[in-house]
Amino acid sequence: MKRFIGFVTKEFYHIFRDKRTMFILFGMPIAQIMLFGFAITNEINNVNIAILDKSKDDETHKIIKKIRASEYFNIEQDIVNENQIESVFQKGKVKAVLVFETDFIKNLQTLKQAKVQVITDATDPNMANTIANYVNSILLNYTQEINKNSKASHLIQTQTQLYYNPELKSVFNFVPGVMTIILMLVSAMMTSISITREKELGTMEVLLVSPLKPFQVIIGKVFPYILLSIINATIILLLGFFVFGMPIEGNLFLLAFESVLFITTALSLGILISTVSNSQQTAMMLSLMGLMLPVILLSGFIFPVSSMPMALQIISNIIPAKWFIIIIKAILLKGATINVIWKETLILVGMTVFFIVVSIKKYKIRLE
Amino acid sequence: MTKEKIIAVQNLSKQFGNFIAVNSISFEVYKGEIFGFLGANGAGKTTAMKMLIGISKPTSGEALVAGFDVKTNTEMVKRSIGYMSQKFSMYDDLTIKENITFFGGIYGLSRNQIKEKTEKLVSQLELEDAVDKLVGSLPLGWKQKLSFSVALLHEPKIVFLDEPTGGVDPITRRQFWEMIYAEADKGTTIFVTTHYMDEAEYCDRVSIMVEGSIEALDTPKNLKKKYNVASMNDVFLKLARNVE
Repeated sequence: MKRFIGFVTKEFYHIFRDKRTMFILFGMPIAQIMLFGFAITNEINNVNIAILDKSKDDETHKIIKKIRASEYFNIEQDIVNENQIESVFQKGKVKAVLVFETDFIKNLQTLKQAKVQVITDATDPNMANTIANYVNSILLNYTQEINKNSKASHLIQTQTQLYYNPELKSVFNFVPGVMTIILMLVSAMMTSISITREKELGTMEVLLVSPLKPFQVIIGKVFPYILLSIINATIILLLGFFVFGMPIEGNLFLLAFESVLFITTALSLGILISTVSNSQQTAMMLSLMGLMLPVILLSGFIFPVSSMPMALQIISNIIPAKWFIIIIKAILLKGATINVIWKETLILVGMTVFFIVVSIKKYKIRLE
Repeated sequence: MTKEKIIAVQNLSKQFGNFIAVNSISFEVYKGEIFGFLGANGAGKTTAMKMLIGISKPTSGEALVAGFDVKTNTEMVKRSIGYMSQKFSMYDDLTIKENITFFGGIYGLSRNQIKEKTEKLVSQLELEDAVDKLVGSLPLGWKQKLSFSVALLHEPKIVFLDEPTGGVDPITRRQFWEMIYAEADKGTTIFVTTHYMDEAEYCDRVSIMVEGSIEALDTPKNLKKKYNVASMNDVFLKLARNVE
C-alpha cells in the first residue's frame, strides 16, 4: 500500500508539472462544454429576416407584429418587390424572406386560405430547416387564434409533442456527447501516452526490474487518471446542470456507477493501445484515429446511428461510446433505472473484460 | 581466499523464432568482482543481461543470480539486484529528492531509511544545493552518478550497469569508475556492459560475446597476453575478425 501511494504521488507530479497534460485534462472539458453550449447550437436566436408584404392589410400587419415580438426573428428590412430578394440574400444580411401574397386578407376571408411564402437562404441547410419550422409554428399559432374567433374552421391539425426535450434543446444532446468524448480522451489517450512515455524514456525497464509486479505498475499508472476522469465527469455534469439547465432525472449513484464503468472501459483500451505502441506519438495517433474519430462520428453523438447505412450501423456496435451515450441519455433525460439499461451495461462490462484480457496477453508476449 | 559465486550461468540460450540471440553461454561471476560484459551491437549481450535481471525468460539453460533461479524465483532475483539502464532511468520532471523517494519506495524502504539515504547520498555527491532541483536541469554527468547511486539505494548484492557511460566526457567517466571501484570494495558485485574498450581494462574480468556466444573470458591482462596484443581494443578486433 505504501508503495502504491508512492507510485501514485509520482504520477501526480508528472501530471501537475506538465502544462499540456493539465490543459487537456482540465482546460478541454470546460472549453468544449462552453463551445458546444454557446457557439455550436441548433437553436436560432435573433435571425435577421426581410419581409415582402404585397398586401399590407390588417392581417399581415398582425402576423408581422407577432413575428417581430418573437425572440427568434429580427426584421432587418422591408422590401417592396421580388427583384430585391436575390440582392438581400447576396448581401448576406438576412437569412430568410417572408412573402405575403397580394390580397392576403381577401383570400383569407373568402377562400379561407391565404399564402405566405418562406424563402430561406439555404447555404446552411440545417439552419434553413429550423427557420422554416419556426416560421411555420408562428403561423400555425396565428391560424389557431383566428379559428377560435370565427368558429368556422374544420382544419385538422397535427400536434407534435417532443416528450423528453420539449424545446429541442441541443444541450440535451451535447452534454452526454462531450462527457463521452472527454472521458474517452482523458482515460484512453492520456493513459496510453503516459505508459508509453515510460517505455520511451527507459524508466519502464527500471520499473520492471524492480520488485513491483507488472500489474502493480499498470494500476499505479492508471489510478490517477480514474480520479481525474471522475472529477472531469463531475465538472461537465455540473456545468451542464447549472449553466445550461441540463436535467438530471435519474439516480445519481447509477449515474456514478455507469460513468466509472465507462472510464474503466476507456482505461483498458488505453492500456491495450500502450501495449502495441512503443512511442508516445504512435500512442497518440492510435488514440486519435482509432478512438476519437469513431467516438465523434459513429457513436450517435453528432449523426444519428439509425440513419446510417447498414454497414456503419453494424460497426457502430463495437464502439463503447455508443453504448455509454445511450446509457447516460437514458439516465439523465428519462430517469432510467438499471432495469432499462442492463443490456447496454453488460455490453460495456463485456468489452472491458475483453480489452483487459487482450492487454494481459499482449503484455506477457512482450515480456517473453 | 575462496571465491564466492554470485552469478552462475549454465548453457543459457534465448531464441526468437529461428534466430538464436544467445547460444548456450556459461560463465560465473564472483562476489565483489567487476565483471565486464562486452560485445558489439547485436552480439546478444543485452538479451543475455535481460535474462539475468528477470525481464526476459530463457528458452533453455540455467542461471542463478544471488543464489536464486531467474526462471522460477524472479521476485527474489529482482530484490537482490540493482539496475541502471543506458537511458539513466530517472524522471526528469521530478526533483532529486522526489526521485530518490520514489525509487526507495518501490524497493520497500521505510520513510526513515529513505530520509537517511537521501542525506547520505546527497552529501556524497555534493548535491546539497540541488536537492530540490528537477533532475532534467542537471548535467548528464550528474544524472549518471545520481542514477548509479539510486540503483544502489536498497543495497543490492549485484548491480547491473547497461552501458552506463554513453555520451559522457572522459573526466566524468573517470569519476564514475572511481564510484564503481568504491562500491566493489564494499563487496557489491558489478556487472557492466560497455562499448568502450578502455573501460574494459578497468574490469577484473571480461567476457566478450560474438554472435550469441562467449568467445573469450579472462582478466584483461591474460587476454592481451593470449592474443599477443597491447590493448583490449585489439583483442576485441581480433576476435570479431576471426568470426567474419
